[in-house]
Amino acid sequence: MKVIYIGLAGFAGALSRYSLSFLWNEGPGRFPWGTLACNLLGCLLLGYLSTAVLVNWKPDLRIAVTAGFIGAFTTFSAFSLEIVQLAASGRTGIAVVYGLVSLWGGLLFTWVGMAAAGKRKEVDRA
Amino acid sequence: MKLLLVGSGGFAGAVCRYKLAGWIHARYASAFPYGTLTVNLLGSFLLGYLAGHVSAETFVLWMGTGFIGAFTTFSTLKLESIKLLKQRLMLVWLLYTGVTYTFGILLAYAGYHI
Repeated sequence: MKVIYIGLAGFAGALSRYSLSFLWNEGPGRFPWGTLACNLLGCLLLGYLSTAVLVNWKPDLRIAVTAGFIGAFTTFSAFSLEIVQLAASGRTGIAVVYGLVSLWGGLLFTWVGMAAAGKRKEVDRA
Repeated sequence: MKLLLVGSGGFAGAVCRYKLAGWIHARYASAFPYGTLTVNLLGSFLLGYLAGHVSAETFVLWMGTGFIGAFTTFSTLKLESIKLLKQRLMLVWLLYTGVTYTFGILLAYAGYHI
């Protein structure tokens, strides 16, 4: 049953990514704002959910949202391909910027998500 | 129709990632996240290949945007990276980050041009 939940959440995650990419990606060789938005937003959410104490959440729901939805919402393969396509169209500088923003931005957004959950825990305890 | 293609691909991709990465993590228990690395490198190669060789829109939407997009993941890569940094496993973090990005991009390039 768990696998079905993960699949259904993956369905929704992939659709959400497709929508954002459709709206904000301008095509191969252009800066992929849509993919970047999915990846950074997903990091923020996963950072938060990995740390927050969600007492009302069943374990199956948590794994569906984290591994299913956020896992499918974020993507690494599109990132790799976009870097190749940016470089191939002569936009090497933009490829480097996109790579570095993803690399360090992903860490930052994950950390912010974790910190926000940590703060909430302290408030709950007080 | 397009939405159904992307969604059903995403369903299968998420399940395959969960199963494969989980199986690898259980088999090779280590601080180094072999499971996530495997899905991300494999997916980068496959998406590069697809972009370079296949132009049928329906298949690209299902397989590329849906399946491979959901099979690979960015958020787990970053969560694992932060955990390695918090455990002060700097060398493991550096190796994981270096291998993921270097070979991910190289494999997408190889798949595109093979």
